[in-house]
Amino acid sequence: MRSTPSPGTLRLLKALLFLIALLPASALILATFGVAGFSLGANPIEELLHNAGKWGLRFLLLTLAITPLRRVTGLNWLIRFRRMLGLFAFFYVSTHFLIYALLDQRLEMGAIVEDIIERPYITLGITALIMLIPLALTSTNAMMRRLGRRWQPLHRLIYPAALLGVWHFWWQVKEDIREPLVYAIILAILLGFRIWWRRNRGQSRAHKE
Amino acid sequence: MRYDSTPRILSSEITDETDYLNRREFLRLAGIAAAGAVASSACQADVSGATTSDGLSRGTDLGKLEKSVLSIDDKPNSFEDITTYNNFYEFGTDKSDPHRNAKDFVTEPWTLTVAGECSKPGTYDFDELMRGSTIEERVYRLRCVEAWSMIVPWAGISMATLLKRFEPNSRANFVKYTTLYDPDQMPTQRRRILDWPYVEGLTIAEAMNPLTIMVVGLYGKVLPNQNGAPMRLMVPWKYGFKSIKSIVRIEFTEKQPLNTWQISAPHEYGFYANVNPEVDHPRWSQARERRIGTGLFAEKIPTLMFNGYAEHVAHLYDGLDLAKNF
Repeated sequence: MRSTPSPGTLRLLKALLFLIALLPASALILATFGVAGFSLGANPIEELLHNAGKWGLRFLLLTLAITPLRRVTGLNWLIRFRRMLGLFAFFYVSTHFLIYALLDQRLEMGAIVEDIIERPYITLGITALIMLIPLALTSTNAMMRRLGRRWQPLHRLIYPAALLGVWHFWWQVKEDIREPLVYAIILAILLGFRIWWRRNRGQSRAHKE
Repeated sequence: MRYDSTPRILSSEITDETDYLNRREFLRLAGIAAAGAVASSACQADVSGATTSDGLSRGTDLGKLEKSVLSIDDKPNSFEDITTYNNFYEFGTDKSDPHRNAKDFVTEPWTLTVAGECSKPGTYDFDELMRGSTIEERVYRLRCVEAWSMIVPWAGISMATLLKRFEPNSRANFVKYTTLYDPDQMPTQRRRILDWPYVEGLTIAEAMNPLTIMVVGLYGKVLPNQNGAPMRLMVPWKYGFKSIKSIVRIEFTEKQPLNTWQISAPHEYGFYANVNPEVDHPRWSQARERRIGTGLFAEKIPTLMFNGYAEHVAHLYDGLDLAKNF
């Protein structure tokens, strides 16, 4: 195992990651006000909605990339970033939902309920969001301690949530599936790695985690 | 989200920028003197208002356009909105793609092939076709199947007048329109996401309806490439995908042609595609629409039957089950 960076370096890296993760949100805020050359184009609500959703998916994939990266590189301290990435995924996915509910649907409950029931891609999306809520709520150290051994099984909900999220994106686009396909391939690699690891290398080390 | 490296341009300035036309204009200047002599005889007796004397190639401005009683009074969307938010898959599937990717699209020379059930099939030069045609301004609602809408000041010629020149016969029940197939210029045609070239169809009665026009301009200028230059269909009571762009072929057919989106997803897109708030698309409601240009906090507005053109077109569908024939 390679050496872990000093606590000071880790703190610095974490702060840096935090700022980087805020960049997409900052750009969207600048674009909303038409500042510094950023713009939301002719359909600003759609632009905000799609961007927030895509960043939610990207952060979900980044969160899921931590474990395979640790295994492959041996850089175990990468685990220190996972919670922040996961919470940013939740932040962008929730923002995506809030833009939909507040701006796009203007809180018309009838229309929102109809969408969730009748449009399969929205059903998938809302299900993924609901799965992420308990994960965000139980992400604190105190909750981890309280849940003990039940914490990890609960947090495996991120796997179906990510699957449904990519599926939601896939069903939303018309014909040009390149972008959701890229996400699906990355997700397949990240989940496939876990299965492969369990089968081959995992057995002996499984209890060391 | 978009990032423009260039300084923001006011929409009032954009209309003065006519990059998309320079080539057409330049290539044509040499021919104008010769054309002028012929042009004076091209004005037909039954034509009043704006006529083009030598096609649309003399300049960007279409001159004084005939106003139409079929125009609506609503304030049109900005030129910028209409020319930067386009579904023109040949030039990219993101709505911001066409205005970038269609910049160098060559529309000069342009020919229209006419075929099928008519007395005058053949190949017609675009400028010849436009010569002597009355171009009217038509301010229409445009409703996309994706539940957004705009108000667009099109400039176009009557489709009925155009089609009658080719003398369709009694077997001409439908009109099939085809977009240019040119993968060198239209990047998305190199990928098979749709069955290229793009094809659309109308019944002959729909094609001959007074509302139906062949668009050649926008905001009083020659049509920008990303909006379907040099000529595109406009049937304002149907979802936008019916109004096929950059047309190279018109065929009069006896049988109903298959249109591209119907081939691609028959459960989602039909032949008629009439705007109808009561018949939902499987993936979104059609009851309301987002009017482009109304900002972040605007409410969606109710969608109107036949996009508000029921008085002109509802009779075309008497006895037709519109839920089945979507």
